[in-house]
Amino acid sequence: MLKNFLYSQKVAPYVFVLPFVLIFLVFWLYPLASSAEMSFQKVMLGQSAQWVGFDNYAKLIDDSMFLKAVMNSVTYTVMTLVILIPFPMLFAVLINAKFMWGRELFKSVFFFPALTSVVVAGTIFRLMFGEMEGSLINSLLGIFGIEPVKFLKGHTTGFVALLSLAAWRWMGVNILYFLAGLKNIPDDYYEAASIDGASTFQKFRFITIPLLKPTTIYVLTISIYAGMAMFVESLMMWNGNNSPQNIGLTIIGYLYRQGIEKNNLGFAATVGLVLLLVTMIINLTQLALSGLFKKEDA
Amino acid sequence: MKKWLMGLTMMSLAAGLIGCGDNSSSTGATTSVMDDGAGETATTLKYWTFVELHGQHFQSMLKKWNEANADRQIKLEVSVMPYDDMHNKLSIALQTGQGAPDISDIEVGKFPDFLNGTPQLESLNDVVEPHKASIVQSRLDLYTKDGTVYGLPTHVGAAVAFYNTEILESAGVDYKSIVTWDDYKKAGIQVYEKTGNYMGTADTSAGWQASMMLAQQGKDFTDDAGTPIVNSPEMIKGLSILKDLQKSNVIATVAGGQPDTEEAYGEFNTGKYASAMMPFWFMSRYVNYMPDLSGKIAIAPIPVIEKGMPTSYGGGGTGTVVTKQAKDVQLAKDFLAFAKLTLDANINIWNTLGFDPVNTEVWAMEDVTHNKDNKFVQYFQNNPFEVLNEIKDGINLIKSTPSSPTINNVINTTTFNEIFENDKDVTEALNEAQSEIEQQLK
Repeated sequence: MLKNFLYSQKVAPYVFVLPFVLIFLVFWLYPLASSAEMSFQKVMLGQSAQWVGFDNYAKLIDDSMFLKAVMNSVTYTVMTLVILIPFPMLFAVLINAKFMWGRELFKSVFFFPALTSVVVAGTIFRLMFGEMEGSLINSLLGIFGIEPVKFLKGHTTGFVALLSLAAWRWMGVNILYFLAGLKNIPDDYYEAASIDGASTFQKFRFITIPLLKPTTIYVLTISIYAGMAMFVESLMMWNGNNSPQNIGLTIIGYLYRQGIEKNNLGFAATVGLVLLLVTMIINLTQLALSGLFKKEDA
Repeated sequence: MKKWLMGLTMMSLAAGLIGCGDNSSSTGATTSVMDDGAGETATTLKYWTFVELHGQHFQSMLKKWNEANADRQIKLEVSVMPYDDMHNKLSIALQTGQGAPDISDIEVGKFPDFLNGTPQLESLNDVVEPHKASIVQSRLDLYTKDGTVYGLPTHVGAAVAFYNTEILESAGVDYKSIVTWDDYKKAGIQVYEKTGNYMGTADTSAGWQASMMLAQQGKDFTDDAGTPIVNSPEMIKGLSILKDLQKSNVIATVAGGQPDTEEAYGEFNTGKYASAMMPFWFMSRYVNYMPDLSGKIAIAPIPVIEKGMPTSYGGGGTGTVVTKQAKDVQLAKDFLAFAKLTLDANINIWNTLGFDPVNTEVWAMEDVTHNKDNKFVQYFQNNPFEVLNEIKDGINLIKSTPSSPTINNVINTTTFNEIFENDKDVTEALNEAQSEIEQQLK
């Protein structure tokens, strides 16, 4: 009986997917549903929650601070896309090129930063971008006679610091993705193109870029996700969740401030759900535009 | 992959975003069990704090408690965690109904958040009652809701001025002659011209200076009903005085944004700023973090706008609470009162922590306050308690209300930065702050 059950072709697949389904239900769907429930409640410490209808949503609509957090997250995401897609692609092509020496060295040097903890890296970047004359970046600027800059107190300079951290930390990871993508492009195409008299740039433009598309889409998707979810970098850069004039406040930072720092979990749940919605829309649109769904259906 | 499956995967990916808030900078707690003189039958109480020194104070009080109460002995398990972590963990523990300690510290700025609705903390009225006559009432008020005391104070935090006399002397300034802000400005201009150093800081990330200015004028960030009024004429006047000092090169913004940060300790230590107007507990920062200034710092009353105004206010603070999850509530309460309200406790708070104790009887005990072996007495040029006793009747209260965390957040992250870093008009910045606060509290 048991043997029949275990060897049954109908049951086995379900047994195999069961762990995933269970984990999905317990750790994703249940918290998601309970966040959705909380977003309609006022939750106070250790007390039974009160239903408040759409109050939290109404509050969120006129919340200028939330808007600021969204703008910060979106700006950060867009800037990371601008930096962390073309440059890693270019570097990957260079590393992959035939004339390149020390290939493995460059791969590991670029990848090293990804192994450091964000907490450590963030703290070091905070000190590097300190406003005192003696901090690393300011002392470098001093060589060129530039006055010390209060990096972490201004919007643009603050973003320069954040983006340097992101670029330093993720460049190597994205290079590896693109390198893997490049390995999948057969050499024959390049040979054929050479015979037809294509220049190096033309080969890059008409062979490399189109054939790297699946990799690019993947990197784009995870970069959007990572950008919108950025929190710890900002937390470490400003040594806390409260940056001057909220220049480093991200959506997750706002959620954290409301839910954990101000014990307003109901409102924080609303922020979380709106963030989920925004990210879903961005990612699904981008995936649809890049034709991912069409291919799957065909 | 099917479309719906794709959608589901995307959803789970995006759902990860919501979970991201929890795994912040947990740097972990250091836990140690203190069992001074405790026998086999002792009850173990858990105590959370964000200040390591508070644990040391509890340790010496624990020894005395166990000697005096043979039948109710205690072992204390002290966990020291970083500031944000400790408060966040405590609120999660109280939210979920499990995992909270018996006794915990809560910083005054966070306290109102723990009083929402029905506080998950025990009333301390019965244990406070016997000590009420001798302790500063306004410090209890900070941790009181609707007549119920939920937290016991650690110190008064009376704000005083700290002057670096070495710098002042080289500029030919005598700090004793500084009474009003006009005097301070004149002295500051002289200091800047002669030495190139600033007289003080223009704080962008903390409200000490704003509190000081409001207290002098008998006002607060909120009105009597607790409604925020950060654009009151008194606030505008106070900040305009500071702005004027900044324009005259008397004060300047400091790395870290305010004196009580690691960056600023360094700036003070090298003598870049000649004075700080901070609560009494800032003394311990001098002793612990600015060793180079030993013997050079004098304490004095803070300058006032007009002669005769009160010079001080109680700044900062930590309320220690007993949570509803305590195993033995009465024992925890009795021990807490013993460790924070008795005369012994208050003497020990001065000796170990260097705070101005809430039991003002201690302020008059010469043998305690002028003890030559005390490291705080040794560090400063004049005796801190001489200044304390001088300003005793002029220590105003800056209230802690349900809107305080929001007010502090807005002014400390946005408003002061706009005024002192971006040179924005004071009135305009404060009006914007007021509407932002009102909007957030809706």
